[in-house]
Amino acid sequence: MDAHVAQLQMQYRNYILSLYQQGFLDDQFTELKSLQDDGSPDFVAEVLSLFFDDCVKLVGNMARALDQTGTVDFCQVGANVHQLKGSSSSVGAKRVKGLCINFKELCEAKNYEGCVRCLQQVDIEYKTLKAKLQDMFNLEKQIVQAGGIVPQVDIN
Amino acid sequence: MATKSMGDIEKIKKKLNVLIVDDDPLNLIIHEKIIKAIGGISQTANNGEEAVIIHRDGGSSFDLILMDKEMPERDGVSTTKKLREMEVKSMIVGVTSLADNEEERRAFMEAGLNHCLAKPLTKDKIIPLINQLMDA
Repeated sequence: MDAHVAQLQMQYRNYILSLYQQGFLDDQFTELKSLQDDGSPDFVAEVLSLFFDDCVKLVGNMARALDQTGTVDFCQVGANVHQLKGSSSSVGAKRVKGLCINFKELCEAKNYEGCVRCLQQVDIEYKTLKAKLQDMFNLEKQIVQAGGIVPQVDIN
Repeated sequence: MATKSMGDIEKIKKKLNVLIVDDDPLNLIIHEKIIKAIGGISQTANNGEEAVIIHRDGGSSFDLILMDKEMPERDGVSTTKKLREMEVKSMIVGVTSLADNEEERRAFMEAGLNHCLAKPLTKDKIIPLINQLMDA
């Protein structure tokens, strides 16, 4: 059992490191993890759940705003992008945040095609991150079920 | 001025009472957790108007107010001005977005802030301000 736990822990460490190395996560995610304790063991999951709810809502708002016949309200699109940028920054969702920075510039330039393309990328990116973080939580669960402790991962 | 250690913070922080003013539920939950992690207690307001009402109703005294800038009903600049007019003496720390330009930050400071921090907030950003509160 110890060997199995050790293997799972190694797998977990490598997976977390890959998420940072591939730019999915940044230091703010580390901060969130540091805030989780025995008193709030699901803190990170709860925060991420709120974040992904935000993504669904805001991406929907942006899609509707860009789908308007007639004049597109780029200010409205931009306001939603701004919110998503804030949320993604708060949880350490680095790629999503990066896309939002580009998206904001496209809104300011009133670049319709650019905005539509960027929205599609944002949609793909947050869903990709969600799937990857779900894999992370599944690994954590496997470690605990195997009798081990989820290791702290030093990303530096 | 000697920097307080985390041990010193341990002794005082139990009295640290913080008001977190932000319209984003995600920020509220994270900032509350940060304050709790450093041993403080917190109350939240979903916008500036709520923050004003909390103070107007009396009985509330906060060591620190974390004030978001962009909020509905009443934004951070207006709220800070109003609280200072009401003679609120708490340390008020503005929380800004990196997208805010220098002029916007200056206007926020001039409304009556003691400090301004850029999002996202972290323990490392908050602790030096608590050191200042303790030294005051």
